[in-house]
Amino acid sequence: MPSHPKAALDFSPVGTEREVQTLSRPSLSYWQDAWLRLKANRRALVSLFLVIGLLLFTLVGPWLWQVNPASQDLDQVSQPPGVDRSALVVDPYTPWLGGATAGTGLRLAEPATTQSVRLAWDALPSARGHRVYRNLFPVGPELAYGIPRAEFFDNSTLTFEDRLDIKPGTYYYTIVALNADGSLSRETSALTVDVQRVTTVAEARERGLVANEAALVPGDRVELALHPLGTDYLGRDMLARLMAGARVSLFIGIGAPLCFVLFGVFFGSVAGFIGGKTDQVMMRFADFVVALPFLLFMILFKIAFGIGPGESGVMPMLVALVLLMWPATARLVRGQILQIREQGYISASQLLGAKTHYLILRHMLPNTLGVVLVTLTFAIPSAIFTEAFLSFIGMGVAPPTPSWGSMSNEGIKTMLTTPHELIFPAALISTTVLAFNLLGDGLRDALDARMRNRE
Amino acid sequence: MWSFILKRLAQGVITVWFIATATFFAMHNVPGDPLLNDRAMTAAIRANVEAKYGLDKPVAEQYVIYLGNLIRGDFGISFTQENREVNDIIREHFPVSATLGILAVLFAAAGGVLWGALTALYRNRMPDYVIMFFVILGISVPSFVIAAVSQLMLVGVNSALGVTLLPVAGWGTLSHMLLPAMVLGLGTMAYLTRLMRSSMLEVISSDYVRTAKAKGLPAARIFTKHQLRNAILPVITVLGPSIAAITTGGFVVELVFAIPGLGRYFVQAVQQLDYTVIMGTTVFYGAFLVFMVIVVDVLYGLIDPRVRMQ
Amino acid sequence: MSETAKPVLSDDHFTHSAGKQLGLYALAALGVLGGLMALLSFAVGGTGGGAGGGAIDSDNNSITITLRQEPPQLDSGRSTDAASFSVLGHVMEGLLSYDRAGQLIPGVAERWEIREDGATFWLRDNALWSDGKPVTADDFVFAWRRVVDPETGSQYAFITYPIKNAEAITNGDLPIQTLGVSAASDRQLEVTFEQATPYFDKLVAFITFLPAREEFFQSTNGRYAADADMLLYNGPYLLTDWVHGASMRWTKNPYYWNDEKGFLDEINVAYITTDVNAKLNLFKDAQIADTDLVAPMLPEAMERRWHIDRFMDGTVFFLEFNHREGRITKNKNFRRAMQLAQDPSELVYKVLKEAAYIPAESLFPSWIQGAGDLFRKQHPPTEHQMDIEKAREHLELARIELGLDAWPPIVLLTGDTPVSTLSAEYYQELFKRNLGLEVRIDLQTFKQRLAKMTSGEFDLVLSGWGPDYDDALTFGDLFSSWNLNNRGRYDSSEMDGYVRIAQSELDPVKRMQAFAEIQRLSYEDIVVLPMYERGWSFVVDPRLDGLIRRTVGPEVDYTYASIKRE
Repeated sequence: MPSHPKAALDFSPVGTEREVQTLSRPSLSYWQDAWLRLKANRRALVSLFLVIGLLLFTLVGPWLWQVNPASQDLDQVSQPPGVDRSALVVDPYTPWLGGATAGTGLRLAEPATTQSVRLAWDALPSARGHRVYRNLFPVGPELAYGIPRAEFFDNSTLTFEDRLDIKPGTYYYTIVALNADGSLSRETSALTVDVQRVTTVAEARERGLVANEAALVPGDRVELALHPLGTDYLGRDMLARLMAGARVSLFIGIGAPLCFVLFGVFFGSVAGFIGGKTDQVMMRFADFVVALPFLLFMILFKIAFGIGPGESGVMPMLVALVLLMWPATARLVRGQILQIREQGYISASQLLGAKTHYLILRHMLPNTLGVVLVTLTFAIPSAIFTEAFLSFIGMGVAPPTPSWGSMSNEGIKTMLTTPHELIFPAALISTTVLAFNLLGDGLRDALDARMRNRE
Repeated sequence: MWSFILKRLAQGVITVWFIATATFFAMHNVPGDPLLNDRAMTAAIRANVEAKYGLDKPVAEQYVIYLGNLIRGDFGISFTQENREVNDIIREHFPVSATLGILAVLFAAAGGVLWGALTALYRNRMPDYVIMFFVILGISVPSFVIAAVSQLMLVGVNSALGVTLLPVAGWGTLSHMLLPAMVLGLGTMAYLTRLMRSSMLEVISSDYVRTAKAKGLPAARIFTKHQLRNAILPVITVLGPSIAAITTGGFVVELVFAIPGLGRYFVQAVQQLDYTVIMGTTVFYGAFLVFMVIVVDVLYGLIDPRVRMQ
Repeated sequence: MSETAKPVLSDDHFTHSAGKQLGLYALAALGVLGGLMALLSFAVGGTGGGAGGGAIDSDNNSITITLRQEPPQLDSGRSTDAASFSVLGHVMEGLLSYDRAGQLIPGVAERWEIREDGATFWLRDNALWSDGKPVTADDFVFAWRRVVDPETGSQYAFITYPIKNAEAITNGDLPIQTLGVSAASDRQLEVTFEQATPYFDKLVAFITFLPAREEFFQSTNGRYAADADMLLYNGPYLLTDWVHGASMRWTKNPYYWNDEKGFLDEINVAYITTDVNAKLNLFKDAQIADTDLVAPMLPEAMERRWHIDRFMDGTVFFLEFNHREGRITKNKNFRRAMQLAQDPSELVYKVLKEAAYIPAESLFPSWIQGAGDLFRKQHPPTEHQMDIEKAREHLELARIELGLDAWPPIVLLTGDTPVSTLSAEYYQELFKRNLGLEVRIDLQTFKQRLAKMTSGEFDLVLSGWGPDYDDALTFGDLFSSWNLNNRGRYDSSEMDGYVRIAQSELDPVKRMQAFAEIQRLSYEDIVVLPMYERGWSFVVDPRLDGLIRRTVGPEVDYTYASIKRE
């Protein structure tokens, strides 16, 4: 038999190998893996930045924009952002005695300013009195004169001073003659009035509108205080209020859900895991809490914690929210636990000698995390809305403490005339809600054990 | 099965008793005086009014009398609506709230399941994005804003069409129910959509579904029998409390749409400290909720065999 | 050899068929929902309102309106609130009534006589109840006795106190038969006064004095006024179709005697809601005949070319001080400081911005009648001028008098209505800016605020008062030391003296003089800080004529309303 070269190789001893396995890369723990997947999810990253941005807005903002959220600039009430702020300085207001005025017919006694519009007129023929109307629009054939401003039932008064909510712009005044019985006749007289924005020296000084205060005299022009996001219904700066409101809304909106979800998870997992009688009793307790009238107990807590006058009522609301809203989470978690309990790996773990708390902490809770996180991200807007609803019926944070909810509330009333009062707080609420939702989404995907990469 | 239900019912009764007691004492501890009114009363007049309402007796005695009446089904007479018995108030107004609430919940549940399943199936594709956009809107806008804005839009639509498409407010016919129920259910629908979506996504990637597919089962059957049925479970769990939340939270919708429901009465009663109405409504709502929870638990057991009666 | 195995389902195929399945379910769900809704609509059909007809229905001569809330008490002897008064003002009539201009005219009483010791009312023959039987003097006797009966527990019993023995009966000291009212005959009612009451005719137009028939009352077996058929009506309209909390229908009363009232055949109260926006939307949709307008609605109202009107609802709002011992606000210099640091016109014109509000200049509103002319025209109130410098001086004086190093926080108690909250926030900032005081807002619901006012747990409170009858006394006696509504416990023998004169002085000029003194004193002694007189802007469907908004009496009055002929 010839000897083949390969044959020798075929039968050479193999030898022993020490290295059986080499690691291609380090193994990832559950949380490291989750973080990697979260980072890869672009939507979640964006929302994470949004959340950080909001927190910065809340915490750092007031240092950058140091305007008192409570100070009322009554010359700029309900002002949208970007409005022309230049004003003429005039003498302070003194009541008008309505004396004789030069001219005939319906006329202005002096130039119309935001301080007052002073009208004088001659008695209309056959008039037994007059009524003064003011309109934002010119009066057409429908004879819709506008808002009635004053009635005079005889001809002794032929002057009127209007000070109601006068904004810079154009108004259309009409004088209507009254009949003997007080009803409107067809005789009218109309006047178009252009109003100029004014302020006083005292106001300008008080708000620090000019550098050289001593040199300020009536006749100068000044720029009224800047409000980048406009002002609210009491002339308070929107930006400052939004920042102050953020603190309240986020404190309640994040703090309360964190607390009650944590408690609900604890409660629900214990109930679900132990099962049997304890489970029944615990769930009955949960039902009992849910059936308690929410409003009533809110009031009760307000008193129990002694919200005195002037306190903002934030803590009682938080406590009440936590105490009244945990059952939903508990039920959810309990349901999940009941499902998971029947899974194979639980019994396997038990067979291997695992203790109860190990099972709960290591196996069951992480698997309920997805559901819990979704609940949490929904609890946040729910808490913010509950706070807004409570503000709606007067059980919310006490004025003048602002919160996004109460600001939206106020904004709704003037939705059509000054939308900015609603849009800004509502947009912030929506952004917060959106951010937390996307974050929750991303977290759920990242933390879902079943989607884990096991490299 | 029946022993389970009976046991739960008995527990329910005890729960309701807890609720009644807690509310009674809570109410009597809240400051304020239900008999106070704009026009102050002399001591004599006040004594007369107190006697009429039984408020001159000590609290403990009032409680006992109250429980006695409760068992007989007598909730007493309202403090503010002086000629109406609380029973009548509940009987006349609860069906309205319940109808509104049930409709809203049905909208929410049907819609939630539908949209949720759709977004899970068509994940990361067009339908997902569109639906999720509306979901975000639905959950980030407060209920009273939605109510106010939708009513405003309806007015606009009615005047644009020149015909009343849907009545702007009021109650009594089918068309009165549509908009308020939708508005009321919107928030819950959005929430349920997300829940269903997350639950569905879990189920879709689960092992038993893969097995079913591998076995070659028809797609429709997999979908119905396995995916849908399992994914629906968390939704059903939440349904019970949702009904309660919706029925009591209907206050805003009832106010905006001028609907004579119990929610509106209840909140006004709290503000006016109308003891009897508060008590009666609370006990009633409590009993209703407990009942709903029992129903939901039974349903849960029926759908998920793994959970049936420990 | 295996046959062709079933192809493994691709994901797309799977999604597709799942989608189809979903679609089927959706349709099924829609069907079920639709059926359920139809079913439910049958079930709840009866609980709804009477819709249909729209705002103005000229074919049926009827209109549709709203009420702010369900009237809680239509038993006139026990009624206390505006909603009930509104309804009763249309379906019942008392001895006297109001004409279009708000003047008192004969109602059930044809003529009357007020004397120093009492009054006599002669009733007309053709005043009938809605079952055809005549309204007699006994009906008034029975009704008024019920009001003072302790068993009835009427909260407005005090308004009958000018009648002899009324107060004693309410206190339980005398039987109800001793009340100073009797039926001299079927058509003649005799009243005996406890003391001279020159304004008794104004008083008697109030709802509490409406009649009730004894045998009908007994026949209702404790359910009097609980439902539409549990009441008899003698006014221009009958109450029919009352669905509690939802709707009401007022139908023309065929037995009513006065042809000059009640021109509409039917008034359909189809909606009951407090939400002003809902009412506005209903009006825009032409579903109701009139609605109130609040400030934010005015620009849109002007844009829509609506005819806006306004009326004073008679209420005066003021900042009330706590005059009890031990309170900072008892110190006069302190109150003077606060008075000089504010000007109500800024609150009304710049903050509240309601077109129908008037800055209040006095305790007495502008519409109160004096002796032959408006009271405030004959007796102008003290001019108020804001003066921050002087205010600060007074504050410093007060601080020294009270021996304080620094000012503690002041508690401002307020209700939870939007206007109160707004006013409270405004004042908080105002007193901080002008006086450097820290004002804390105590926000309470209505009953809680009343409780705190009664027990004196406040320094300042936002309060108001509406008139019960058309006479200056309804405001004038507010701060007498015996008046329980004087919750600030202002106590001044000077004030008490003037009030006593105003109560019993028969000479109208002297009487108005007493009121003028009360007005002066309330400014000089800074009893309260008047804020504003409330009014409402409103708009009426142009097809409707004769709608009257009243300062005293039923706030909205449709009894003179009629639909314009095209």
